[in-house]
Amino acid sequence: MPVETKAQSKHRLEHVEMRQIVKRFPGVLANSKVDFDVRAGEVHALLGENGAGKSTLMRQLYGLYKPDEGEIIIDGNPVVFHSPADAIRAGIGMIHQHFMLVPTLTVAENVILGLTSKHEPILDLDTVSQKILELSRSYGLKVDPAAFVWQLSVGEQQRVEIIKALYRGASLIILDEPTAVLTPQEVTDLFATLKHMVKEGHALVFISHKLHEVMEISDRVTVLRDGQVIGTRPAKEMTRNDLVKMMVGREMKQIAPQPIRSGPVRLKIENLHTMGDRGTEMLRGINLDIHGGEIVGLAGVSGNGQRELAECLSGLRKVTAGRIELDQMDITSLPLKNRVESGLSYIPEERMRDGAIREFSVQENLFLQDHASPQFTRGIFLDFPRMEAFASKMIREFTVKTPSLDTPVKNLSGGNIQKLIMARELARHPKVLIAAQPTRGVDIGATEYIHERLLMQRDAGTAILLISEDLDEIRTLSDRIAIIYEGNIIGIVDRNEATVEQIGLMMAGISMEEAVHHSA
Amino acid sequence: MPSNDAAPKGRAARSSSIDWRTVVVNIAIPLAGMLIALTIGAILLVFLNVNPFDAYAVLMGGAFGSWTGLAQALVKATPLLLVGLGICIAFRASVINIGGEGQIIAGALMAAWWPLQFRSWPGWLLISTTLIMGFLAGSIWGFIPGLLKARLKVNEILSTVMMNSIAAQLMNLLIRGPLIDPAGVAAGTYLAQSERLPANAWLPRLVPQTLLNAGAIVAVILAVVVYIFLWRTTIGYRIRAVGLNPDASRYAGINVPFYQALSLTLAGGFAGLAGVVEVLGVQHRLLEGITGGYGFTGIVAALFGGLHPLGAIPASILFGGLLVGADKMQRAVQVPSSLITAILGLVVLFVVGSSIWSKRWAARRKIEAVKESEAAG
Ligand SMILES: Nc1ncnc2c1ncn2[C@@H]1O[C@H](COP(=O)(O)OP(=O)(O)OP(=O)(O)O)[C@@H](O)[C@H]1O
Ligand SMILES: [Mg+2]
Repeated sequence: MPVETKAQSKHRLEHVEMRQIVKRFPGVLANSKVDFDVRAGEVHALLGENGAGKSTLMRQLYGLYKPDEGEIIIDGNPVVFHSPADAIRAGIGMIHQHFMLVPTLTVAENVILGLTSKHEPILDLDTVSQKILELSRSYGLKVDPAAFVWQLSVGEQQRVEIIKALYRGASLIILDEPTAVLTPQEVTDLFATLKHMVKEGHALVFISHKLHEVMEISDRVTVLRDGQVIGTRPAKEMTRNDLVKMMVGREMKQIAPQPIRSGPVRLKIENLHTMGDRGTEMLRGINLDIHGGEIVGLAGVSGNGQRELAECLSGLRKVTAGRIELDQMDITSLPLKNRVESGLSYIPEERMRDGAIREFSVQENLFLQDHASPQFTRGIFLDFPRMEAFASKMIREFTVKTPSLDTPVKNLSGGNIQKLIMARELARHPKVLIAAQPTRGVDIGATEYIHERLLMQRDAGTAILLISEDLDEIRTLSDRIAIIYEGNIIGIVDRNEATVEQIGLMMAGISMEEAVHHSA
Repeated sequence: MPSNDAAPKGRAARSSSIDWRTVVVNIAIPLAGMLIALTIGAILLVFLNVNPFDAYAVLMGGAFGSWTGLAQALVKATPLLLVGLGICIAFRASVINIGGEGQIIAGALMAAWWPLQFRSWPGWLLISTTLIMGFLAGSIWGFIPGLLKARLKVNEILSTVMMNSIAAQLMNLLIRGPLIDPAGVAAGTYLAQSERLPANAWLPRLVPQTLLNAGAIVAVILAVVVYIFLWRTTIGYRIRAVGLNPDASRYAGINVPFYQALSLTLAGGFAGLAGVVEVLGVQHRLLEGITGGYGFTGIVAALFGGLHPLGAIPASILFGGLLVGADKMQRAVQVPSSLITAILGLVVLFVVGSSIWSKRWAARRKIEAVKESEAAG
């Protein structure tokens, strides 16, 4: 074989242990004497709230950080990893919370990135592609080796990441929140792959905030809280409530929103058309009214125009035909800035890229839109004392875990960055709120909190468009549910009017009447 | 390149007490880097059969060994700082301004022309209007590539370099034509230089017998102004946001191309001021070679100062001093000037590299503090 794979030659890892791991960051004790182990043929889930130290623990196992104290033991032998290269050589792979692929390269090129070819400096991409196809067949990971990464959906990109790890011969694979970005169907496919991998003798570490997933896929569960292990248990012995209690130290409330009388139409969308990035028409005449005091959930299989609709509404994408009104004011051709000033808030889906500036401090990020509002300025000068007071209040209210207001956002845990952006958008008390996947990657405590805030915002008279791939979330929160299919709203139902099956059918493009008929 | 977090952040900068160990390390590590660079330079000098100790004695002594040397260093530091301030603004917006040379010329041309039109004005008025007009001339030279970038996505590295050539040729044309010194014409020498400016347009000299002039004070004041501008105003905040993450800035409603163009325009203005100060403060007329390469060296000084306007002050003085020393070294020990440039490059490389070390050290130190507080509590 022309490219070094080591996959077959390497021995299988039987037992990987982390003992008494301590890891500190400036102002934070991220892991405190953590014991963790995983064996061949099992899925060990790692649970905990945002900032509990899950990613940090796993980054040490993958050689990205060095533990301050404690040791890593593989099959009885202590090891020290100086870099991921060492971990990979030892048979460990990691799929990160945020993908690490090069968009301008093909799948095959990404897979062999950093490996040496046998015929150095010549790449033998044909054989590589061959091998990728083999892996893809045997693990049910559908990918096209010749496709460019930028053309792929998130789900496909993740499959590439998994193949990349398998190609390098990983027998222990760490999956950091792999399902956060997937559609329900993609999650089902991923789980089939994972189960297959376990049967083959792989060891898996699985991180997720979704408890039902953890219960479904894992053999053992370890719960972290504030950097400490609360306990490690067999998954079978645990109920959902047990897990919640271990994670947050209390039980969750059940959210059952009371419908309220909704007010006049605040957001009016008429016959909206737009083109997608690849030049095809992605919205084909959307009509939708959202009243003040109402949450409309937008359900649909991803890629049916949800993103484009959100971008048109926020002013980031040009509308080719149609009309958007906010409180009877035509905003169709207003730039984003003026829409924001008119009371529109937008929580973007790709929040890490579009919602925050990683090098800016927590405080600076809280004022991305409002830094020029008279409340926080004197002339062209920023009024720091006022900003600080307001920022500390937001951090407290939204329980964003950060050492200080001056900490650069890149040092926060994934979920805490999400909370920060949420805090910023909701604190503005918008008239209309577009929330795209608002609880993606957020722990259950914070999810509960965000749901409550969305409902409070609704009760305060905001018109909310909730775009989510989580049908449960949509059904819990929405007063009405609109189903989008190929750029059209093919049906709008009241919360209690439709069953999950009917919504599912409509998401597949079956009209409302037929859907009702089908499931009847 | 130094990272962007060199700037003080709101509260921490104002309330935390000074940690002397950190201060010492922050000075010691760059100095060590500098020593290593000079050692490598010494080896190169030995190969050229030059005694490195003699050479370095001249290099350092030239600028920092006497009061007049220091004054000369400050004279050179002034345009470096002005250009560097503009570079801080542009680079913070992730806009690469290579057009300093052309922008200096634009400012200098204005400074050679404007005072001649209003000879009778009182000095303070003449000087201040010339400074403003020179700033405007430079900013036009920055605005054009800025506009091209904003509207047509023309790469600013390319366009600013081209603007340099245009400015250089324009100057050639003007100082041989409309702006040529009538005295030279009368004497039949036709020297390529402009008419000597009336004395009321000269920037006051700070130290007698030297060229050090009030431009240096203007530059330092402006450094503070730029610092306040970048970290205390809404416009500066947006410029930094655009530079760090244009996507998130766009989503926040910030007009990204506008702020990129604005930062280039301002950078041009500051370089234009450097041209004005050279004309009004040093030469009192426009002549060939007026830019002195400050448009490029200013970039290095700004980077060396961590792209921080206040950091650019000592960095400019250091480089001003090195330029003076290099001049003298070239004359005293016959070292080719390209070697001196190479040594200066080494210094930049090592000091910037070492600053990364001192940051790591600072991070470790904070962690130790956490450990201690854990042990105590
Ligand atoms: N590189 C870093 N520098 C400083 N602090 C960090 C760094 N990485 C993580 N932290 C801090 O360590 C703590 C644990 O973060 P970690 O990313 O491990 O959390 P997590 O459990 O993965 O959370 P999430 O579910 O939100 O992803 C957080 O308080 C975070 O702010
Ligand atoms: Mg994480």
